[in-house]
Amino acid sequence: MMGNFLTPRCLAIAVAIALLAALPAWMNGVYYVNVASQILFYAVFALGLNVLVGYAGLTSLGHAALFGVAAYATAYMLQLGYGHTESILVALLVGVASMAVYAVLSLRSTGIGFIMITLALGEILWGLAYRWISLTGGDNGINVPKRPAPFGFAMSNATNFYYVTLIVFLLSVIAMAIFVRSPFGAALRGTRDQPRRMNALGYHVWLIRFYACLFSGLLTAVSGILFVYYTQFISPQTLALTSSAEVLLMVIAGGPGTLLGPIVGAGLVVIVKTVVSGFIERWNFLLGAIFVAIVILMPDGLVPGTTRLWRRFIRKRPPAPAKTEAAP
Amino acid sequence: MNFWLVLTVNSITFGGLLFLLSAGFSLIFGLMRIPNLTHGSLFMLGAYVGATFTVGLLGFKLNFWLAAILATLAVAAIGALAERLLLRRLPGDQLAQVLVTLGLSFMAADLCLMLWGGDPLNVTTPDGLGGFVRVGTVAFPMYRLAIIAIAIVVAVGLWLLLDRTRLGAMIRAGVDDPDMARVVGIRVSQLFTIVFALGAGLAAFAGIIGGPILSVYPGLDQDMLPLALVVVILGGTGSLLGSFVGSIIVGFIYNFGQALLPELAYFVLFMPMLLVLLLRPQGLFGRQIP
Repeated sequence: MMGNFLTPRCLAIAVAIALLAALPAWMNGVYYVNVASQILFYAVFALGLNVLVGYAGLTSLGHAALFGVAAYATAYMLQLGYGHTESILVALLVGVASMAVYAVLSLRSTGIGFIMITLALGEILWGLAYRWISLTGGDNGINVPKRPAPFGFAMSNATNFYYVTLIVFLLSVIAMAIFVRSPFGAALRGTRDQPRRMNALGYHVWLIRFYACLFSGLLTAVSGILFVYYTQFISPQTLALTSSAEVLLMVIAGGPGTLLGPIVGAGLVVIVKTVVSGFIERWNFLLGAIFVAIVILMPDGLVPGTTRLWRRFIRKRPPAPAKTEAAP
Repeated sequence: MNFWLVLTVNSITFGGLLFLLSAGFSLIFGLMRIPNLTHGSLFMLGAYVGATFTVGLLGFKLNFWLAAILATLAVAAIGALAERLLLRRLPGDQLAQVLVTLGLSFMAADLCLMLWGGDPLNVTTPDGLGGFVRVGTVAFPMYRLAIIAIAIVVAVGLWLLLDRTRLGAMIRAGVDDPDMARVVGIRVSQLFTIVFALGAGLAAFAGIIGGPILSVYPGLDQDMLPLALVVVILGGTGSLLGSFVGSIIVGFIYNFGQALLPELAYFVLFMPMLLVLLLRPQGLFGRQIP
């Protein structure tokens, strides 16, 4: 059945890429191009979190801290006077290494335990960024005076920055697609659904989850670096629980465990946030309300939810029965 | 010498407040198996509502203790409603329940900011407790000693409730084995509401009586929630003794850390938690929760 859909699917992907590549032309205005850049790097961040939330079944509430650590590492290295290449490499390394520490501490448990430990670790990093003023500048944050210009391609211009972000985004999506289809991706989904059976089959469940964490950490660090070059500023607010919740909302709203879900979620959250903050200051209230509504009404996210509706529409057949819920 | 003594009293006071906050957190975790991420918000909400009652609402200015009781009851009712209307809809789905409490905490924080503004509210110390107790050359603020006394009274009360009453036996049964408790005819879902309201009320009460020493400001919820989390991870979930010991330990580490290593205070605070997680994941006094 998939074979028949392959051609329209490829066509849809090609159209999407063409639209994205031409976006600065049909979206006139620096403002909109910047919003598009934000959506793309937040989508990379959400893809990274989705590796854990969607495919490993491990919900992290401390991912914004990892994102922030990579951003801080970039800003700090630049402040010390290093070049962009060294700073980016160090930031990637620091991001992945922090994730490794996170993983060693939090993979002792799964489910709620994992949430609590990642939440606590995120709070530690936030507290360090906020209080360790001699290193991080505290609430004043660190400024990044200049964006890099790889091969003379000046990223200071919004359109050029958008293109670099688009390339990184496409590479991340390709990496995710390969990961999902790979034996490793299948093994990871196995550890999500049947950890004991996977163990009995001879898979090293802990190690598979650990590698998944590293992959997630890499994507998170990449997006953190894009973020710090985009805003050219980093402060503890980026590491706060609110930010972790925001990216988790992107994943959950879009549909955890799907390739497209986090991207749609990132688009939704960034657009709502940008549009709403133009009218009212109460973004956090809306964030909370959307969160509650999605968890209660559409628990598997917008992409699977709409796909199901669409299938029902074209087949005119009732969908698979909803899972029966245990009585309270 | 004075410095250390004062710091010690402050640590115990803060530990007492933390106990009031985390006892409910621990009970909710023990029974419902979820970390209630609104707990910091309930603390802050209690503090704001209490502060408003003492300053005066519609021309009525209430006595501090009356205000404390009213605010506690109000927040307990809000907690019960949240459990009944929202968490109840997601039976057995702990992940979704945690996410709902997270969403609610953002809504609560923003509502408080909308209603009370961004400036910190100062709560006046209740009448008769503004003075100092002199022991030799050292003067202890009477209100801080009163908080310690209140925390001890509440601890004893909670222990009596859990250990000596029928309701307490039912809650303990629910914590130990919810399925068996249902089989023998305990309405565990009703216990959820009761325990959630109790925990919310305790958190709110802690917020009000903590008001005069902490003051009330936006972000108070985010400051308190991680502390409750650390206490419960340290002490073990569902254990009253664990909350008590954990609170005192965290009270000491927090105050000494702030005084001696202000830049690394947060880090110092979380270190013992990480150690416990590595060496004794169920906490000092907890049992392994399946």
